[in-house]
Parts: sequence; C-alpha cells; structure tokens
Amino acid sequence: MRASADHPAPILLETTVNRRPVSLEIEPRAILLDVMRDNLGLTGAKRSCDTQVCGACTVLLDGSPVSACCTLAYEAGGREIETIEGLAGRHGLHPIQQAFVDRVAIQCGFCTPGFVLATKALLAENPRPTRSEIEDFLGGNLCRCTGYWNILDAVADAAMRLEATNGQSETS
Amino acid sequence: MIVLDRFTIHQPQSVAEASELLARFGPDAAVYAGGTELLIVMKERLAHFPHLIDIKRIPGLKEIAFDPERHELSIGAVATHRDLERSPVVRERFPVLGMLEAAVANIRVRNAGTIGGNLCFAEPHSDPATLLTALDAQITLTSSSGSRQLPMASFITGLMETARRHEEVLVTITVAESASNTGVAYERFKLHERPTAAVAAVISVDEGMITDARVVAGSVGERPQRLLETEAILRGQPAAPESATVAADIVRDEVETGGDVFESEAYTRQLARTVGRKAIAAAIARSTGDQVERHVA
Repeated sequence: MRASADHPAPILLETTVNRRPVSLEIEPRAILLDVMRDNLGLTGAKRSCDTQVCGACTVLLDGSPVSACCTLAYEAGGREIETIEGLAGRHGLHPIQQAFVDRVAIQCGFCTPGFVLATKALLAENPRPTRSEIEDFLGGNLCRCTGYWNILDAVADAAMRLEATNGQSETS
Repeated sequence: MIVLDRFTIHQPQSVAEASELLARFGPDAAVYAGGTELLIVMKERLAHFPHLIDIKRIPGLKEIAFDPERHELSIGAVATHRDLERSPVVRERFPVLGMLEAAVANIRVRNAGTIGGNLCFAEPHSDPATLLTALDAQITLTSSSGSRQLPMASFITGLMETARRHEEVLVTITVAESASNTGVAYERFKLHERPTAAVAAVISVDEGMITDARVVAGSVGERPQRLLETEAILRGQPAAPESATVAADIVRDEVETGGDVFESEAYTRQLARTVGRKAIAAAIARSTGDQVERHVA
C-alpha cells in the first residue's frame, strides 16, 4: 500500500533495549511505552498519568530518564533504552533494587520501576548525592503509598552500596 | 491507552528544508522538537497535525555558545532545559537562567523539552519566557526566504500565540550578558510543578541609586508582562530592600490578571506582590555585588 496522509509509511526502529539489539517496524505515531509493553512484552514501565507528571513510565534513554508515555518510539532509533527488566543480573538484584527491598521502599510497587531507574540515572552522574539533591532529582516521581521517607533512605543506601561495589572492582 | 491520530514524521537536515516543509503542508504541519507540550495536546485531541517536522536533526541547532567579544549567549532552539541547566557557561555567566532551568517541571520533562519549543508554545506559565523577556533576549526566526530578529517582548503576542509566521523556524535565542552593576533575579511560587506567579527583575545601580529596571511578571496572565509603572517607580530609588517593598505594591496593582479556575484574582495579585518583592530585592542586592546563591529553591 502506498504511503499517504491517512497511511503514513512505517518506520524501521533499530534500537538497543537492555543491551540487546532490537529491530521492528513501527508506525510514526507509536508511543515508546506501548512499543515496550505491547510489542516487546516489557511491562515494568507503567502507564499512569500519561502527561509526564508521575514518573511511573520512566525508562532510561542513553542513560537519561524520559517519560515513555510521551516519547515517540522512533526517537529511540540508534539509542540505548534501559528498562527495569534490564537491571537484575545473573547474580540477583541490582544494588539499587536490593536497597529498595531492604529499606522497604516499596508498597504496591507500581511506581517502583520509575524510582529505581531515576535513581540509577542520578547515581551515575552524582554518586554521593545529598538528601536535597535526591529530593530534587526524584521530585518528578510520585508514590502514593510509602510517604517517600523509605525511598529517600533507599537511594542513600544504594549510593553507599554502589560506591562499595565500585571500590571493590577498582581494587580487585 | 491513548492512540494518537496518524501522522508522518519529517526529519529535515536544514532550517531551509524545514521551512519548505512547513510552507508545503501549511496548517497540516507543526514543528516538533521535544514534544513535551505538543504530544499532550495531540493526545487530548485538541489539535492534530498530519505532518510533524522534527527539527532536532538539524546540525548546530542544539548549540549553546558564549561570544566573549559581544558578551552574548546564543542558545540553539532545540537545546533542552537540561542542556541549559548543565551548561558550564550558563551556570557561570547566567546563573539565574541556569537555576531557573534546573527547577523546570521534572527531570524527564527537562531531558526532552527544548527552549525553542517552550517559547513557541507560549504557554503562560513558562518560566524561561518570563526571565528572557526581562533580559531582553532576541529571537531569531528563519525561513527559506531569510532571517529576522525580534525581542522577546514582541515575540509572544498572546495566550499561546507568537509572532512566528507558519513557515518560520525559531533557530536561536541570544541574551546579552548584564553589566557588572546590574543584578538579575527570578522568583516564582509554585505548587508541585506549575508556577502560579513569577517575577523577573533586572536592575542597574549607580552610586547607590537605581538607574534602570526591567520587571516582568509571568504565569499570572496571558503572557509575560512588562511592568512599566513598577519600573518607573524603581528608577531613582535607593538601592535598598525598602525600595523593593515600595515597588511590590505597584506590582500587585499593575499586573493584568483575572485569576483563573485555580486561583482568585486577589490571591494571584498577592502572590505577584510577594514574588515581586523578593525578585526586586534580590536583583538590587546582586547589582551591588551579592553573589547568586546557587542552591536557593
């Protein structure tokens, strides 16, 4: 079928999702969150506010948090997407995830993937954030259960765990 | 799940090509940059554009550069809020702009949203639009038939309306560095991510007296408003906090506002007075040598 205004030509999306190359045909109007959830079966990112306010759909695009609900999927072409499914490794949970578990920073869990990924981005650029830096960076992620205190503790804890891990790998 | 109506994406490699596409498709086309506002409008089906012109691949359009000879900052239209927040030259020479950008919405919006898109959308709660109007920033618009420059004050013409012609692309925003006797400040009041009232002040002082003032209110009306009466009151006043208190009453009375569904008019005026006093007092203090405190919320 010939492309027209009613039927725009599909776009070949070639991207990297959780370190694996992915290639699929998408409509220009496809939203990244729908491609993640419906085409790739990665349901960790959640649709909630749909307006970039809540952070439940957070994924990392080249390491930076974006709202997958408000990102056109073609924008991910040639870039690296990281979702919550990419964090845990063969040896178990990622240190940030483990810190969230140990600090009971989770209740219903709906917002947790977004918080964990935002934390990963924060600690990548600022390994020892102050409490107010954590609050600033995570201010756009909403949680309706925990009251935030345990989340803030978990992020500070995760920073220490990552620092310890990185220290080990540098000396070993 | 909200499915957008169908559209075609165009990725021009030059501003001239983008302008030609806009001219060719007319009202069926919209410039697409960060999409933080456009996509929400399209999801809500308040507008639909069968052709989106993605200008982010145009070389050089993301650049932030300072010209030391002209003492001028040049910001490419598709620089994101995050780019501005983290730019060393912005942080060093335009710290008020840097701090403002660091507090726009949230980290995800700042990663995607562009300065050019923000200004062209002309949403009345735009933080950068208010400060850039006070700083007398110049907007460069380019089409396939040439370029023109106009000041921020005449760029935003009304509620979500600008002087940009359909086939024009906003390419750069230039901001002159303030003189050493000039203080700049921006104060806003916001609940969560939406500013309710904001005032930007740029104040020059000579021998302890205010010689010039540009004061602009944002968020309270349809567009950033120069407060000419407030500016006139400030000129000739001593460079002291009391002058800010006097001027703040004029801010309250002068702003054009009818309130909105969230805030009454009286409340909005009171907020404008408070943020106005803070901004004017901070600009006066900085004009006489106080440093900008980087971690003020």
